[in-house]
Amino acid sequence: MSFFGFSLKSRRPSSAQTAKDRLQVLLAHERRGGSPSPDYLPQLQSDIIAVIRKYVTVEDDGVDIRMENGQEVSSLEINIELPSRTTAAG
Amino acid sequence: MTTQLTEEPPKGKVIVITSGKGGVGKTTSAAAISAGLAKRGHKTVVIDFDVGLRNLDMTMGCERRVVFDFINVIQGDARLKQALIRDKRIDTLSILPTSQTRDKDALTKEGVEKVLDELKTEFDYIICDSPAGIERGAQMAMYFADEAVVVTNPEVSSVRDSDRVLGLLSSQTRRAETEGADPIKAQVLLTRHDSARIDTGEMMTVEDVLEILAVPLLGIVPESKAVLRASNVGTPVILDGPSNAAAAYEDAVARLIGEEVEMRVLAERRPNLFHRLLGRTA
Ligand SMILES: Nc1ncnc2c1ncn2[C@@H]1O[C@H](COP(=O)(O)OP(=O)(O)OP(=O)(O)O)[C@@H](O)[C@H]1O
Ligand SMILES: [Mg+2]
Repeated sequence: MSFFGFSLKSRRPSSAQTAKDRLQVLLAHERRGGSPSPDYLPQLQSDIIAVIRKYVTVEDDGVDIRMENGQEVSSLEINIELPSRTTAAG
Repeated sequence: MTTQLTEEPPKGKVIVITSGKGGVGKTTSAAAISAGLAKRGHKTVVIDFDVGLRNLDMTMGCERRVVFDFINVIQGDARLKQALIRDKRIDTLSILPTSQTRDKDALTKEGVEKVLDELKTEFDYIICDSPAGIERGAQMAMYFADEAVVVTNPEVSSVRDSDRVLGLLSSQTRRAETEGADPIKAQVLLTRHDSARIDTGEMMTVEDVLEILAVPLLGIVPESKAVLRASNVGTPVILDGPSNAAAAYEDAVARLIGEEVEMRVLAERRPNLFHRLLGRTA
């Protein structure tokens, strides 16, 4: 029960709370960079491809970048499809 | 409800979700319809055309996973495969988010066409979530459409804007400009339908709206708390447990793919007559 329209009890998990949490994470990223996905990503991707190509042959679309923004940290997941070992060793 | 289709699904049918007026439920509907199609096993992608104000990612709950977007793909900074986000709940569903930062001019007709053509090779349905208004973003979202879902609230400005949009669909689109092409198949989806307010005469009835717009009705989605809840948690309402809104969208999806489903008006649990009388006299 709350008489004044708000309650001092600890918040129970509600969908509104989920909404608030999601917004806080998203807006923190957007305010920092203007966008949740930093603008340097396309460049980063082509740089990564260039570095890898010094060692092995990779296709242009053999590099896949995924990002997951979290409350405290964000993670960048980079998957690189390498050619089969015989070609790589050659 | 989950019967498998006997007919072959179409390859790459483009459906725009549009309205003219803002805030009528386009994004809610785009998310629900695409999830509904995907749930039935159709490979479906939903594209956010609301450049600069993207919200589809929030509604779909994938906002933390956006790396590249539609505009990056159009401008050649990323490949389509990298920008597509695979839904974690349904593996036949993908999302193509849009950019928060760029302006609407980033959408070029050629760029949009190229992306759609590539998507057509992989997806059965391509759902385009249009921005409000009738400016560039909305025009790009509808230009290449095969079908249109015109989201309308039973309210004067919404119906008026829907009429404008219907006019544009039959004149400013590729199908309209191509001689011999069938016109875009447009249907009205009436959302935020509030039986109580219609009974009191505050809101137009379904019949009123259809009489004015003169296009077939795809469905009637009630005003429902389930929609707000679903958007809070980032789940298309159709996937967020049973609700009247979810059932209404299920029906609409069935009709969209050609099934015959009887039209029904689902309502949020209505206060009984006694309550309503009390409310009125109070
Ligand atoms: N059937 C419904 N019942 C209750 N609320 C709804 C319903 N449909 C949509 N809403 C609410 O209306 C608001 C606008 O919905 P939505 O974002 O889907 O509209 P939109 O047409 O995409 O808006 P915009 O023109 O800004 O893109 C949201 O807060 C949404 O939760
Ligand atoms: Mg929207």
